[in-house]
Amino acid sequence: MFKGTEAVPEGEFSDIIAREGGRLNAFTGRDFTAYFEVLAADRLSIALELEADRMANLLLRSEAVATEREVVLEERRLRTDDRPEGRFAERFAAIAHAGSGYAHPIIGWADDIRATGTEELEAWYEHWYTPSNATLVVAGDVDPDEVHELAQNYFGGIAARAVPPVHDPVAIDPPGERRLDYPDPQARITQLRMGYTVPSYATAENPGDPYALLMLSTVLDGGEGARLPEGLVRGSGVAAAAGAGYNPMTRLDAEFSLYGVPSDDDVESVEAALREQIARLQEEPVSDEELERARSQVLADHLFQLDSVFFQAMQLGMLETTGAGWETLGAFEEQIRAVTAEDIQAAARRYLRPEQLTIGVLRPADEESQS
Amino acid sequence: MRRWLTGLGLFLLMGSGGAMEVDIQEWQTDNGARVLFVERSELPIVDLRVTFDAGSARDDDQPGLARMVSNLLLEGTEEHSAGEIARSFERHGARVSTGSGRDTAEVSLRSLSDPTRLEPSVENLARALAGAAFPEDALERVRQQMLLSLRQVESSPSSLAERAFARAIYGDHPYATPPGGEAESLQAMTRADVQDFHQGHYTAANGVIAIVGDLNRSQAEDIARRVAGALPDGTTLEPLPTVTMPDEPVTVRIPFDAEQTHVVAGQPSIRRGDDQYYALYLANHILGGGGLTSLLAERMREERGLSYSSSSSLTAGVRAGRFQMATQVRNEALGEALSVLRGSLDELRDEGPSDDRLEASVRNITGSFPLQLDSNRALLGYVATMGFHDLPRDYLPRFVERIDALQVEDVRGALRERIPPQRLVTVLVGPAEVIEAVE
Repeated sequence: MFKGTEAVPEGEFSDIIAREGGRLNAFTGRDFTAYFEVLAADRLSIALELEADRMANLLLRSEAVATEREVVLEERRLRTDDRPEGRFAERFAAIAHAGSGYAHPIIGWADDIRATGTEELEAWYEHWYTPSNATLVVAGDVDPDEVHELAQNYFGGIAARAVPPVHDPVAIDPPGERRLDYPDPQARITQLRMGYTVPSYATAENPGDPYALLMLSTVLDGGEGARLPEGLVRGSGVAAAAGAGYNPMTRLDAEFSLYGVPSDDDVESVEAALREQIARLQEEPVSDEELERARSQVLADHLFQLDSVFFQAMQLGMLETTGAGWETLGAFEEQIRAVTAEDIQAAARRYLRPEQLTIGVLRPADEESQS
Repeated sequence: MRRWLTGLGLFLLMGSGGAMEVDIQEWQTDNGARVLFVERSELPIVDLRVTFDAGSARDDDQPGLARMVSNLLLEGTEEHSAGEIARSFERHGARVSTGSGRDTAEVSLRSLSDPTRLEPSVENLARALAGAAFPEDALERVRQQMLLSLRQVESSPSSLAERAFARAIYGDHPYATPPGGEAESLQAMTRADVQDFHQGHYTAANGVIAIVGDLNRSQAEDIARRVAGALPDGTTLEPLPTVTMPDEPVTVRIPFDAEQTHVVAGQPSIRRGDDQYYALYLANHILGGGGLTSLLAERMREERGLSYSSSSSLTAGVRAGRFQMATQVRNEALGEALSVLRGSLDELRDEGPSDDRLEASVRNITGSFPLQLDSNRALLGYVATMGFHDLPRDYLPRFVERIDALQVEDVRGALRERIPPQRLVTVLVGPAEVIEAVE
């Protein structure tokens, strides 16, 4: 998408934005590819004109594709192939999300990258790059009516194409507990990751569940005073680091993850301690003090995030693209306020179940097994 | 309870306009801490950072000591455990953190500006700072964590390259040792070492307080007074030694089995406040600091497909920062990549940039500078840096003017004088046979 159109030849897009004092880039996630420009508010139309042009008129020359393929392979080596953590994460995803698109690495398998040519890219571009499949997000010091008019102006003339519905195969559900034991010759420390498949904003049957899970994750790891640092790192000391995380902005089901780094390679004790923490959440409601503390943290963090205009645009785009809808952001505070201790306990019981769990251990390979 | 989000639209419409009119107020607390304050009321939040001259450059013969103190700072007082201290902030939705690098150690607090949230968080911070007790069990735990981090460095070619690069460019200077320490020094560190360092460095005279956010001058004065009041008066420290520049080009090779070789090439740069900073900033932007339009990205990535990321960076420090080019390339292309990297720097130094490139970079820097100040967090970073390095108070508004005035000859001259070829240090981390085969 940076390789040019007839009107804006290769390199000019970036040059124009740079000259206007802007920055730009693009990134691909599991559910979307996003292109962005950050520039002074009075220069919005420049970005819109350029984006509209490359949404419809991209030229895919085989020479440019060949060069870019090498760049993508280098990116893959950098992020995945040459890093123990990268090699582990790719294996973990393949097992945790077996049967879904999330099982494949975002950047692709090396073989597929090598085998992808101009024809495949053209087909992809034809299929997905059309206004009916695009979301334009503008955040900043602008007037909504003017933005609407500009968008109509630049994108309105692009012929609409229907996007075929996405087919998500129904995978084995529940898949049963899975375990990845991955000794890596270059790993120097042992790390444990546990991932439960749980609903996202988009897939939750009960709309309150993602908020209960966000609160649950904050009870475990909202800060140094939360249960995991307190219990596993400073308390028993089995872990040098431990945490939890949950991102509900996914089109398909999301992952609720826990991780731990054993302080002396005793990974079994860390796993047992994390399981114990889950069991405790299932057996007893969190205290009023914990609930209040978690709520204060989630709401304050939510407000702190508004400090970044870029992140506001990111969030709106992700919510819309994953099917949750941008309005989710406006309802966030109310939804978090509504979460009770019982909701958190119920979410732990309903979703943090062994049959939805993948456990992965990355550990240094023994000297003998290497030879 | 007060609702924090009165309507999302309000914040979405917030712009970056007026960023260049940043009004920095400055004063000193009674016990000698300098304070810089910017009032910003678009969001109901307050950011505070105390920056101390307590980075690893002060480690002396105990690499990792400054980091150890920073890691332990909020780990307990005589009255309160680390968990209790953390929860005292979390209860109010406040975020507190510590960090340390080569020149500085920082303590940062982010809170809602609602006084019922801000007041207790400031109080908690003052109490934790005043009473930092460095309990033995916390020392042992953090020691183990830091030793684990050292082990992890061995599995990361980029970390290995960074460590070797600093060692090679800074020679005998205290900047040469890793802020995260070394196994031997970490193992030998005692509670007394930690307490001594803390007493000598975490003082009002040795700290600068930066405050940005939704509060007025008298509230800011009150907060600064309470935070500084938690610190002993102290004295300013002896200046750091000067950095001895490398006197001949060196290549450092670290064998690591991988498909790519990591390359870092560069040298020590200049001190903060140096007049040639602006010309070097522009030179770096043209070479590899300007994203996709820079020389290195064009030549390495767009034209040749040699790497995903090829960039250069420039920092300035109390004594010296660093200038470095960095890339990662498939092993068979290492020779070509090295000649493109070094050749691009040499060409820029010898011939200077074309008028077009110079103009494009100047326009990008001057046009994007206000956007870099559009969040409170980013502004806090600038203000804290300005305070710590005692930069002129018109640094921000003058920055754009200074860049705008630069000519081709300034860029070439700055590179010749400050980044000469005979000081170039190259670090290669990759398979032995690959890195031995190149100069």
